[in-house]
Amino acid sequence: MGFDASYTGQKFKSVGTRPLRPDGVDKVTGRARYGADFNMPGQLVGRILRSPHAHAKIKKIDTSKAEKLKGVKAVITAADLPDLTDGDAGMYDVLDNCMARKKALYDGHAVAAVAAIDAPTARAALKLIKVDYEVLPHVTDVDEAVKPGGPLLHKTVFTGGVDPKPKKPSNVANRSQYGHGDVEAGFKAADVIIERTYRTEQTHQGYIEPHACVASVNSDGTGELWVCTQGHFVYRQHCAQLLGMDVSKLRVTSSEIGGGFGGKTHVWAEPVALALSRKAGRPVKLVMTRDEVFRASGPTSATSIDIRIGARKDGTITAAEATLRYSCGPYAGMWAELGAMTSFACYDLKNVKSVGYEVLVNRPKVAAYRAPSAPMAAFAVESAIDELAHKIGMDAVKFRIKNAAKEGTKSSYGPVYGPIGIGPTLEAAQKHPHMKAPLGKNQGRGMACGFWFNFGGQTCTDLNIGVDGTVNLAVGTVDVGGSRASLSLVAAEELGIAYEQVKAVVADTATLGYNDMTDGSRGTFSSSMATIFAARNAIKVMRERAAKMWDISVDDVVWEDGHAKAKGKKHGNLAPLSVKEIAAAAPNTGGPIAGHNEIVADGAGVSFATHICDVEVDPQTGSTRVVRYTVVQDAGKAVHPTYVEGQYQGGAAQGIGWALNEEYIYGKDGRLQNAGFLDYRIPVCSDLPMIDTQILEIPNPNHPYGVRGVGETSIVPPLAAIANAVSNAVAVRMTHIPMSPPRILAALEAEKA
Amino acid sequence: MVEVALLGSLSAAAGGKKTLDIEAKDIRELFRKLAEQYPGLEPLIERGIAVSIDGVIYRDTWSKELPEGAEIYLLPRIAGG
Repeated sequence: MGFDASYTGQKFKSVGTRPLRPDGVDKVTGRARYGADFNMPGQLVGRILRSPHAHAKIKKIDTSKAEKLKGVKAVITAADLPDLTDGDAGMYDVLDNCMARKKALYDGHAVAAVAAIDAPTARAALKLIKVDYEVLPHVTDVDEAVKPGGPLLHKTVFTGGVDPKPKKPSNVANRSQYGHGDVEAGFKAADVIIERTYRTEQTHQGYIEPHACVASVNSDGTGELWVCTQGHFVYRQHCAQLLGMDVSKLRVTSSEIGGGFGGKTHVWAEPVALALSRKAGRPVKLVMTRDEVFRASGPTSATSIDIRIGARKDGTITAAEATLRYSCGPYAGMWAELGAMTSFACYDLKNVKSVGYEVLVNRPKVAAYRAPSAPMAAFAVESAIDELAHKIGMDAVKFRIKNAAKEGTKSSYGPVYGPIGIGPTLEAAQKHPHMKAPLGKNQGRGMACGFWFNFGGQTCTDLNIGVDGTVNLAVGTVDVGGSRASLSLVAAEELGIAYEQVKAVVADTATLGYNDMTDGSRGTFSSSMATIFAARNAIKVMRERAAKMWDISVDDVVWEDGHAKAKGKKHGNLAPLSVKEIAAAAPNTGGPIAGHNEIVADGAGVSFATHICDVEVDPQTGSTRVVRYTVVQDAGKAVHPTYVEGQYQGGAAQGIGWALNEEYIYGKDGRLQNAGFLDYRIPVCSDLPMIDTQILEIPNPNHPYGVRGVGETSIVPPLAAIANAVSNAVAVRMTHIPMSPPRILAALEAEKA
Repeated sequence: MVEVALLGSLSAAAGGKKTLDIEAKDIRELFRKLAEQYPGLEPLIERGIAVSIDGVIYRDTWSKELPEGAEIYLLPRIAGG
C-alpha cells in the first residue's frame, strides 16, 4: 500500500520519550556478539600479508614455502581474486585495495593472505611468503602530490573535469566546481578580505572494534558471512560481485557494531576471508589488528584549503571562494567535491565559488568519515568567517546570523533551500547561557556552524505480531547508535501499544529485502518511515480481523489507542479489541498478522548545527583542554532524545580529538609511524568535559513525524569552533589541524618572532 | 520541457554545459534522454546521480515527476559516513 510521507503534525505518546535501549543489557554484561565473537565448526584463522613499502611494483610472489607449512590450509594472492568487475572502475579499485594486483600503493596494502589452523601457524606462514618488490618513488603529502615532476601513482590517470583533457597523467584525479555569481566583482565590492591557507591532517574514524568477520563458502557455491558492518546488504552485493557468487546465495549477518562512522561502509578484508574459505573449504575468521586498521582501512582525507572571503563593513559578505585539495589515497574519490559542495552551505551568498581537487597519494584508500569532507571545509571557512567578523568589529555570531542561509536561499551547491535550521541554531547559540559565561586566564571561546546533506534510500521492514500481541520488528539498517530503541518507539506509537511490547532486531540478508547502509544519517530517518508504513499495514489487517470477529463490515472498524473499535450506534455494545485479543484469535481469522513495507525514503532534508566551545591553553606546553562545550542542532523530531543527544555528543567528542590530537604521521620512507592508540591519541573520558546539547525541532516536511537524520552534522563544526577558541585564547590565528602542543608552541614562537 | 542545471563533475561530463533543456516528465525519462544526448553522462548515471527538485534531493525515486518550471539540479550521488 502506498502512503504519503508528508509531515502531518501528529501528536505523540511514545515518540519523544526516553526508554532504555533493548540492546543495553547485553552490551553492559558482555553478552552482545561483535564481529570476532562468532565461531563455526572447523574454523580457520586468516591473516593478511601487507606491503612494507609505500609504492612498489610487485614483480613476483612465491607462496610455495608457506603452502607447505603444516597447518596451512590456503594461501591466496590477487590471482585468487580475478577481476570480475566488468569495467566498473569503482569496484575495481575496491578489489585492488583488498588485494594488490600489480603494485603496492601504500604501506599496509594487502599482497597475500593465509588461512591456517591457528594464529601462530598463520603468522609463521606469512613470514614464508616471498614478495619480490621493485620499490618506486612515493608521495604521501597532499601538497607535494600535486607538484609537477614528483612521483606519479598511475600513468593512466588524467585529470577529469578540465577542458581540454590533459595530455599528461597526474596525481590530480578530478576537478569539480560549484558556485554562482561573479566572485571577482564581489571581492571588488568588499571593504575587508580575509585570505588564508589552512591544512588538516589525515585522521581515522577510530572505531574501537576492528574489522572482523567469519566467512564460509561451500562447494555448492553458497556462502555465509558474519561481519561487523554498517551495511550487510551492501557488503553482500560487493562480496558477491568480487567473488563471482550469486547474491541470493551469500547470506550476510551483521554483528553488533563497535563503531563505524563511515569506515564500515566499505569492504576491506571480507572478500579476502571469503576467498580463503573458498580455497580452504573451511570457515575462516579474519580479524584485523589495530595496526592493520590504521594502516589499511578507512582514514579520512588530509587537506590543504585556500579560502578568500570578502565583506562590507556593515557585515554583508560580498564574495567567498575556496580551493580545496583533498587526499584520496591511491584511488580517485569524490572527497574534495564534497568539500566544495559543503564549504559555504551555511550562508546566503550572491557570489561564491568552490573548486575541489581529488589528489592521489601513497596512503590508504580514503573512506567516508561522518559527514565526509565537510568538517575540514568548515574548519577553513568558519575560521576565515570568524577572523573577518573580528576585522570588521562585529560579533562573530551576529555576523553569521546576518549572512545565514534561510528558506529560499540559493545554496552554494545549487538548489534553493526549503525550511532549514541554520538561523534557529545560531539564534539559540546566541541566547545560550554558555555565550555569556565568564572566561578564566588563558581561556578562549569559539563558535562555528556546520552543514550536512543527509539522505534516505532503499529501506524495508517487517512487523510481525505474535500470538500474545507482542511485536517483532525486523529492520535492515544496522543499529549504530540506538535505532532499535527509536524504531521500537515508532512501532509502539503507530500501533498504540507499550514500547516494552516491541522487540526490534536487525535481520540478515536472507530474511528481509534489500536495505541501503546505515550511512548518510539515514538509519532512523529511513527505517522509521518504513516502520510507520509497515505498522499501518498491520493495523489494516487487524481491522479486518476485528471485523471478522465481530461479523461486521471492516468499514465500520477504526483503530484508536491500540484498539480496534466499532464505530456507529448500531455497534455500541461491542467492546474495543486490543492487539492482544486480535492476535489471540488470529489462527481462526486468517492466520498470522504482519505488516510489511518497502520504500525509497527520499527527501531526507539538510541538517545544520552550531557549536560553542571554551578552551584553556597552557602557554608553557601548548597543551589545550576543552573546558566547556555546547552543541545546538536541528533534529526535525527527536524520536528518542537521549540517543539524539548521544549522536550530538559523539560527534563533538570525535571532533575534539581531530582538532587537538589525532593525525597520521608518515616517515620519509612513506611508512605510517603511529599505527596504534598509544601514538595516535583519541580522546578518552578524562580528556573531555560534559558536552551540553540543545535539540531544536524544525520538522522535516518529507517525513510523517518530521524526522531529520542527526548522526553526522555534529562532527562538522568542532574543528572550527575549537580552532576559533584556541585562536582567541592565544591571540594567534591557528590554521593547521590538529592543534597539537608542538604546533601551538610553534605558532606562538612564530608570532613572537 | 524542463531546464536542468548541472554542477561539479556532472557539468564536465556534459561537455562543460551548465544547463540543459530536456523534454522529460519524470527522472527516469530525464536520465534516458541525458544518456542518449550526452554519452559522457551515461557512466555517471549508472553509478548514481541525485536529482534536486525544488530543493528536495531524490537519489533513487526515478518515478518522481518533474513539474514544469521546477528548479532541477543534477548532483553527484553523495557518500555518507
